[in-house]
Amino acid sequence: MIRILLAGQGGQGVLSVGKMLAEGGLREGKEVSYLPAYGPEMRGGTANCSVVISEEEIASPLCNEPDVLVAMNGPSFHKFTPRVRPGGIVLVNGSLSDCYAGREDVAVYDIPANDLALEAGDMRSANNVILGALCALTHVVTDKSVLNCFNEKFVGRPALIEINRRAFALGKRAIDGQDG
Amino acid sequence: MSKILLHGTEAICEGAIRNGCRAFFGYPITPQNEVPEYMSVNMPKVGGAFVQAESEVAAINMVYGAGGAGVRAMTSSSSPGVSLKQEGISYIACARIPCVIVNIMRAGPGLGGILPAQGDYFQATKGGGHGDYHLLVLAPCSVQEACDLTYLAFDLSDKYRVPAMILADGMIGQLMEPVELPPMRPLSAIPKKDWATDGGYGAERRVLNSLIIKPEELEPHVNELQRTYELIAAQEKRCEEYMTEDAEIVLTAYGTVARICKSAAKQLRKEGIKAGVIRPITLYPFPSEAYAKAAEHAKAFLSVELSLGQMVEDVRLAVNGRRPVAFYGRTGGNVPEEGEIVQAAKSALAKARLPE
Repeated sequence: MIRILLAGQGGQGVLSVGKMLAEGGLREGKEVSYLPAYGPEMRGGTANCSVVISEEEIASPLCNEPDVLVAMNGPSFHKFTPRVRPGGIVLVNGSLSDCYAGREDVAVYDIPANDLALEAGDMRSANNVILGALCALTHVVTDKSVLNCFNEKFVGRPALIEINRRAFALGKRAIDGQDG
Repeated sequence: MSKILLHGTEAICEGAIRNGCRAFFGYPITPQNEVPEYMSVNMPKVGGAFVQAESEVAAINMVYGAGGAGVRAMTSSSSPGVSLKQEGISYIACARIPCVIVNIMRAGPGLGGILPAQGDYFQATKGGGHGDYHLLVLAPCSVQEACDLTYLAFDLSDKYRVPAMILADGMIGQLMEPVELPPMRPLSAIPKKDWATDGGYGAERRVLNSLIIKPEELEPHVNELQRTYELIAAQEKRCEEYMTEDAEIVLTAYGTVARICKSAAKQLRKEGIKAGVIRPITLYPFPSEAYAKAAEHAKAFLSVELSLGQMVEDVRLAVNGRRPVAFYGRTGGNVPEEGEIVQAAKSALAKARLPE
């Protein structure tokens, strides 16, 4: 079982990535749960979601002590890093945050997601840069499942599929050569 | 059929539509807006009616009318909105009209907050409106159950002519999980209603009313309601028992809180403490027998709720003084973590072990 907490600012695509992880896990025949938490605003404000992917029935859908934290900005990184399980993983969007965790017992990966997303062709794909890094590190869902999700989500919009595929690939590559 | 990923709110709607719900009346309130949103798109597709009413009061009275005409009808709201519906619900209960009312509870009292809570247990199970009546109250703990129990609620409500309520916390509303949807039931497969005011020129006159002014008529009517509740209590109690056979501490909770309790029970077992969970699925009728049975070997009970302690009263009645029943609750939209429940269970057990 893996518990993933994804957090960021509303509009950064945190909830989309969470849903894609859940959808990917489901397609691979696993038990999944996705629990979002956000304020009343569409953009701005904070957004986070808890995703659990498991081989067995999921009891609690909460991620109070996540195995993996994805932090898309500084405030989320500093708010949630203390909660990560000892030995857990933190992926932080280095374009919008420092990466000083203040603890030694978690592996912090600094992914400049916004910069890589610009390189991919659209800053709004920063969430999928991080998703690429997450998949490269944890193999929680296969690349194929993610790419299928892109194909479905952006059906009829091939340019967007291409940008997000590139973003995903750049995120994966960013993990190579980092040892946390 | 394969599983698809759905929100709890969508699953409620699918459960309703697939069991013949063809009239939905709602008024917006967070955190259940996805229910009317989904219904507004999907009711027309099955030839049903979707009305965004001018208020919660109007919505429940539309349910009164549609249900009276024999249509499977539903309304949905959240705590403050359900309070507004209470007068209508009492009328519907008196007129013996089947329908389903969904309450995705938010934190109260008052206008409160929009986050998950379970503070409406009393209102739902003890008769939130005036007069002697009860609802059938079902509490889903997963997205799958949100669908299945809504489906079931329509059948039970029709069978007993008692309005049914789906009582879910805000987490059920937001949670997305895989669901296997039941097949679409054709309307022709739903039993006919020989009491419905659905027209019929020259046929015997049918009256549905909640004004029964003569005492010699009202008393037998209320007694008949009471007999129905007794029948429901005899036939429809449902609960899930999780590792209770040998449990020394029995945690109990409904809805999503029960799932956190299951995680806590697993953790307690890892630490060598035999813990189990009783999760009522029907809150009315309350599955008291499960508690009486567990009281034979358990040392203590712990009711965990997103309230100041409501269901705990029914647990205490069911345990009937044989074992101590402790309570742990969070309010305001906060949800207890597994660790808090583990601690509360340990202290409940420690207290129970103290010599008198």
